[in-house]
Amino acid sequence: MSAIEIIIEPGRAEKNYWRDLWRYRELFQVLAWRDCAVRYKQTVLGVAWAVIRPVLAMLIFTVIFGRIAKLPSGGVPYALMVFAGMLPWTFFATGLSDASNSLITNTGLVSKVYFPRMIMPTATITAAFIDFFIGLFILATMMAWYHVLPSWRIVLLPIFVLLAFLAALGPSLWVTAVNVKYRDFRYVIPFLVQFGLYVSPVGFSSSVVPQKWRLLYSLNPLVGIIDSFRWCVLRSSIYWPGVGISVAVVVLLLWLGVRKFRKMERTFADLI
Amino acid sequence: MPNEVVIKVENLGKSYLIGHEMGNGRRQESFREVVGRHALSFARAALDMSRGRQIIQGNKIEEFWALSDVSFEVTRGEALGIIGRNGAGKSTLLKILSRITEPTRGRATIKGRVASLLEVGTGFHQDLTGRENIYLNGAILGMSRAEIKSKFDEIVDFAEIEKFLDTPVKRYSSGMYVRLAFAVAAHLEPEILIIDEVLAVGDVVFQRKCLGKLKNVAQHGRTVIFVSHNLPAIIGLTSRTILIDKGRLIAGGTSSEVVSRFLQSTQNEIEASGDLSAFRRDYRSEGYADIRTIKVCGNDPGIARIGFRENVFLEIGLQALRSLEHPIIVINVLSEQLEVLTSITSIDSDFGVSLDPGFHTIRCEIGALPLMPGYYRLSVGISQSYGALAWDVLEPIPGFRIEPQESPTWLQSGERPGVVLLDSCKWMLQG
Repeated sequence: MSAIEIIIEPGRAEKNYWRDLWRYRELFQVLAWRDCAVRYKQTVLGVAWAVIRPVLAMLIFTVIFGRIAKLPSGGVPYALMVFAGMLPWTFFATGLSDASNSLITNTGLVSKVYFPRMIMPTATITAAFIDFFIGLFILATMMAWYHVLPSWRIVLLPIFVLLAFLAALGPSLWVTAVNVKYRDFRYVIPFLVQFGLYVSPVGFSSSVVPQKWRLLYSLNPLVGIIDSFRWCVLRSSIYWPGVGISVAVVVLLLWLGVRKFRKMERTFADLI
Repeated sequence: MPNEVVIKVENLGKSYLIGHEMGNGRRQESFREVVGRHALSFARAALDMSRGRQIIQGNKIEEFWALSDVSFEVTRGEALGIIGRNGAGKSTLLKILSRITEPTRGRATIKGRVASLLEVGTGFHQDLTGRENIYLNGAILGMSRAEIKSKFDEIVDFAEIEKFLDTPVKRYSSGMYVRLAFAVAAHLEPEILIIDEVLAVGDVVFQRKCLGKLKNVAQHGRTVIFVSHNLPAIIGLTSRTILIDKGRLIAGGTSSEVVSRFLQSTQNEIEASGDLSAFRRDYRSEGYADIRTIKVCGNDPGIARIGFRENVFLEIGLQALRSLEHPIIVINVLSEQLEVLTSITSIDSDFGVSLDPGFHTIRCEIGALPLMPGYYRLSVGISQSYGALAWDVLEPIPGFRIEPQESPTWLQSGERPGVVLLDSCKWMLQG
């Protein structure tokens, strides 16, 4: 005899939503694994793409901002600084753009099977970890090359990785939900991501921003995340109030994202 | 508690908003008008979006009730069939019960773990191997990893794909693909199983295997809700059936009663319109040939009245959509209870023609049927080879009535049992 009783009614908010989410964790694992498994299927270079793309971008930024514009790097090799910023940025950008389309590319699942829909974008972002770990490995190699040793702060890195994950999750949930109804966002996201690369301190250090603007600048959550990555790995200086603001923005976006997603979730199958 | 109600549906309803394009006919529009129209629709879409409303194409919006006021109950261990024509609202009902979509009105209460199978192979990924897809699909259908692992060999065995386990499924033939997909689904063991028209997949042999498996599930005390166009399967698998038409529940009762009522109503409609498409099997290999018309002894099906011992012939109007080499045509004659009495194939008579694209009429002279007076139904199908996925099947269409008038009086009384009539036996006293 089973204790499960499901009541289906219009407008009924799932009381057991979060417990359900936990019950479906195996599906979450499988979907994340699937996205990882198919990521580089039927490509010639395969996982090499995860190396080539960030390395090329790093070279370009180093040449433009480091060599030509001669921006400061706070005492670390410029290439290293760029790459340490590129790592969370790429994770955020891939996570956000993949997740935003996750429900639309999985229309079949959404319209034929029940599961807490939040699993889908979350699992997709998780798949972006492959590229992240490969990038981490490249970073370690580069640090060995430049003879730069990490400090004890490196143990705090997982916290900031989680922060980057949540930073991607919040907007993803919001965009994913809205994308189901208004496909316009499919075109907005690539543009935003491209734009964000230059707005965020990826190719330069955030220390070049005038002191009086830094608090405002930190409203872009990526500023706090990238800064703290550099602080962890390269012992760069850090502006803590800025990090605090970024964290607050991440939390706010996450709350907005979850709220929007939960509100729209019930109509996904009808609209998709 | 054997008679405990596990699914209780009360006044369930679901409406959709649909848009119509009420054009101004075929009148040529000027460039200015086109621009104006688009600007208008853009403004409306922007307004809808700012209010968080759904964007609906078309300039006339209508509320459409896909399902309205449906109530029924299912007790533990019962198998309930749901029938109705395409678009009657069966799938909407299943989607609500599976929690995929929300009802607009009413309420449903379900006790127990539900697994629903609205499509075979949901979530299969083309680039993953058969092995990987078993785990993926299993998880999607709600099986735990441990559960899949313990049934893995059984699934592979059932699907008959051992050799291709590590091949990406995009290299599979459509038959293998479907077999694998169904094999995973068939090994689900929830307390309540909801199935939508998934039996009609694969070749004939596999279909039979699937039906057997499902029957097993139904007999093991699991609660099953089963939607199908395969009426014999409905009768075979379920004890009780409900009939849905235009979103409303219009009949409920024992499966054979409801099925025959459904057939009666569709038959009346065919007699009125001559349209057979309601009987078309959904799962088929489209784009080769469509069966357009069937005439029984020159009459529309359902109307044909055949004299006792009269020769029967069928004319099948086929639209060939491309060149067809030696197609096989199968005609099944069914009893009123939908048992297949005989299966007539064009292979038996070595009838092998090649058809150019276009309309063709094929005539089959069956001869006198050794059947008792009564009402008979037909299924007619065309395919490339026997057992292959059919190009088109119409089943079970109303067939013909064998009139008792001209038969000997002892046949008319209706007391004689049986369907097949063997009346030219030789009798003699021996010894």
